[in-house]
Amino acid sequence: MKDEVTSKDRAAGLKGMGTSRKRVEDVRFTQGKGNYVDDIKLDGMLFGDFVRSPYAHAKVVNIDTSAAMKVPGVLAVLTAKELAPLGLHWMPTLAGDKQMVLADGKVLFQGQEVAFVVATDRYAAADGVEAVEVDYEELPVVVDPFKAMEPDAPVLREDLAGKMEGAHGPRKHHNHIFTWEAGEKDATEKVLSGADVVAEEMVYYHRTHPCPLETCGCVASMDKVTGKLTLYGTFQAPHAIRTVVALISGIAEHNIRVISPDIGGGFGNKVGAYSGYVCSVVASIVTGKPVKWVEDRMDNLMSTAFARDYWMQGKIAATKDGKITGLWCHTTADHGGFDACADPTKFPAGFMNICTGSYDIPTAYLAVDGVYTNKAPGGVAYRCSFRVTEAAYFIERMIEVLAIKLNMDAAELRRINFIRKDQFPYNSALGWEYDSGDYHTAWDKALKAVGYDALRAEQAQRIADFKAGKTRKLMGIGLTHFTEIVGAGPVKNCDILGLGMFDSCEIRIHPTGSAIARLGTISQGQGHATTFAQIIASEIGLPADDITLEEGDTDTAPYGLGTYGSRSTPVAGAATAMAARKIRAKAQMIAAYLLEVHDDDLEWDVDRFVVKGDATRFKTMKELAFAAYNKAIPGLEPGLEAVSYYDPPNMTYPFGAYICVMDIDVDTGEHDVRQFYALDDCGTRINPMIIEGQVHGGCTEGYAIAMGQEIAYDEMGNHKTATLMDFFLPTAWETPTYTTDFTVTPSPHHPIGAKGVGESPNVGSVPCFSNAVHDAFRHFGLVQSHMPHDHWRIWKIAEDLGLHAE
Amino acid sequence: MSKMHVKLKVNGQEVEGLAEPRTLLIHFLRENLRITGPHIGCETSHCGACTVDMNGKSVKSCTVFVAQANGADVTTVEGLVNADGSLGVIQEMFREHHGLQCGFCTPGMITRAHRLLQENPSPTEEEVRFGMAGNLCRCTGYQNIVKAILASADLLKGQKEAAE
Repeated sequence: MKDEVTSKDRAAGLKGMGTSRKRVEDVRFTQGKGNYVDDIKLDGMLFGDFVRSPYAHAKVVNIDTSAAMKVPGVLAVLTAKELAPLGLHWMPTLAGDKQMVLADGKVLFQGQEVAFVVATDRYAAADGVEAVEVDYEELPVVVDPFKAMEPDAPVLREDLAGKMEGAHGPRKHHNHIFTWEAGEKDATEKVLSGADVVAEEMVYYHRTHPCPLETCGCVASMDKVTGKLTLYGTFQAPHAIRTVVALISGIAEHNIRVISPDIGGGFGNKVGAYSGYVCSVVASIVTGKPVKWVEDRMDNLMSTAFARDYWMQGKIAATKDGKITGLWCHTTADHGGFDACADPTKFPAGFMNICTGSYDIPTAYLAVDGVYTNKAPGGVAYRCSFRVTEAAYFIERMIEVLAIKLNMDAAELRRINFIRKDQFPYNSALGWEYDSGDYHTAWDKALKAVGYDALRAEQAQRIADFKAGKTRKLMGIGLTHFTEIVGAGPVKNCDILGLGMFDSCEIRIHPTGSAIARLGTISQGQGHATTFAQIIASEIGLPADDITLEEGDTDTAPYGLGTYGSRSTPVAGAATAMAARKIRAKAQMIAAYLLEVHDDDLEWDVDRFVVKGDATRFKTMKELAFAAYNKAIPGLEPGLEAVSYYDPPNMTYPFGAYICVMDIDVDTGEHDVRQFYALDDCGTRINPMIIEGQVHGGCTEGYAIAMGQEIAYDEMGNHKTATLMDFFLPTAWETPTYTTDFTVTPSPHHPIGAKGVGESPNVGSVPCFSNAVHDAFRHFGLVQSHMPHDHWRIWKIAEDLGLHAE
Repeated sequence: MSKMHVKLKVNGQEVEGLAEPRTLLIHFLRENLRITGPHIGCETSHCGACTVDMNGKSVKSCTVFVAQANGADVTTVEGLVNADGSLGVIQEMFREHHGLQCGFCTPGMITRAHRLLQENPSPTEEEVRFGMAGNLCRCTGYQNIVKAILASADLLKGQKEAAE
């Protein structure tokens, strides 16, 4: 044999798909050489900071900035009065509502932006904030979305007075935003009324916050000479931000350059447009200098983009042997003072209509009412694809509630209701076409891995011991089988502010056989520079180590809708594969010319085109790259590059089976997660190491949400959880250890079969932890108890069930 | 506000400058010295992204005045690279074991891990988890951070034994 290096060896050398390639980002990050927005320091840069409302609902009677203007270092103070002539005192939200940039006559939540102080540094800006005098007149506060809908509830949005038509249809009350429906109401009610068994429950998914370790921020720099605005910021969707800035500021889009540098976690918090961005841009125009604004942690938790806050009233119908026949859900969605949800425009409740989950439910109906309250706006997808976390929590709790009603094992109830493998593609009762799945295989693998039957036997013994007074610890087994819906999405039904949710990749091959690729997405820790290079490596046969990835600069990257909703791999990953295939197709023509054969006489082998039947005649991609710049080939342009804008034909539907075993101390409410098993099926796996890391991280966010993390307000609308002392982020000490596993069911419509994974563990782990808590008390009569299950709330469950000594 | 003169050692280099008495060490490092490895995540001592080593102890530089660091010996994550510019052991192990994702907590994590392993060269997993509990990470779930630190401990022990 002339060539001892096999195809397999050559493939391994590429570090392509399926390889646990070490991350290229880490060389910079581990030595402190990341470049985050607060690391940016431009000549003469000023610093902006907000005066915020201490009240949840109040009239703003007067703002006196005169003392602040005398503070050394303070150069300007912006209020709604200064922004109004520019038309920038309000801005449009992503949800079709509008939002005050700075308080215009009133405030609607505690922490709302009232004035923007611009100073030479952050200390002087803080001094200036202290010196601004604001007179408020308090108004009655509404923090409960049900009370907000009472006839005599205070009017929160006077600006909407008389407008009974909102962005998503009719409004039925002055604090009502929209009603959104899916499925068949009458048919579902008929099924419910005739069912053997109906279980009904209110399932609340509490308000929480993505709380990335880096807060939101930006640096706006208006060059008065060129008329060009450069806006650096923590943007999960830099191109969309550019278009939004162009639309609301009137600056031509080609004169705006948006740059997302390294981002210190996003989790949905950095999708929206915030007052700080608008004020920084205006301040830079006014002062002629670059202006930086970076939130502190309190600002972050109080004002930018909360998540969840869905009250989900559910009814689930089944035959007496457990076959589910219908599902009904009415959700009251608390959106806060403005509707600033970040959802595709046609989906004001996101993908809540995936709430039939992994189950073959023939008839279903969903209605969601959005409501204004005196809380911060947001409603973003916290490591979530547009409300799929709420949907998954709802159905996975309803299954448990139904299991109690039927006196059935919840694992078996799931099994008999799963959509079968042969039913895919599966059309759900609420309107989705699930692309693929093999739930029974995953479920059986998971139950076997944890030794489910033995766990149930142990639990039965524990209950007996508890009743006999031998232990004060109960044992809960939490089960979840979730189905995600990610990769938004097809332009035909997914857009944000009219921008179709395609995504993009441009690849340029250099003459010496290395490459640069640019995408419309932006990594916030997902490791795009590592994984997207692996896709290209496998597709075109150049080593991943020779491929540079660039994202986040709108002057150089092709247009895309950014990174959230687990859309990078399903959409931009597909664009990457398609762009690479265009390059390979051109390379094939070059190879045919050089080898003097017809295109069809060549076959692709890892990194080269080989003449069929003669392995000695081939051209490697590296050789073809040089030829593209070196040979005059009849009928072909020089160069080797391609761009792809990929409009996905469907969403992708990753799924998973999670099982948690938890011990609970009845007397202290403390818990101990003994075991957490996470099986994920994200289709084709690009980098197993990164997938595993995503699952660890997502499960930990889920652990926090389920077991203690919340955004809480008192009756006066005071924010009770605005520091990391009060807002639970687990440390290494509390965080459980996870066992990961997988099955592979490739997406049939995705070029490489990948489905996305980043959000699955948050979607799946929250119901899993919560179900474990519920399961521990199931045999003592608990049916439903709201999250977060902190020690006090668990203690209270035990207390209410009479499990404490007299 | 009048400024005071401060002089300290950072990553082995003598540095000095003028700062307001209220200036925090993290701001002096980041703004005056442009040492931007240590990050600001909360400004209330909870998250640990700003962790630096000061006179042989881990401190959260967001709640230390630079005035308190006058005359001190400070090490940041930038100071933990090898003399030839390659990654130090802990840095390399974080990369090897995927102990980071967005990278924002990483400088504080690594700087804290450096001190932890000085204090306890052979920690158990439990001791690592307890010793790192002042540093928050939102991406990794800590599992691989713990793995990276335990692997670092083994390597550092090996290096020390080889040197002896």
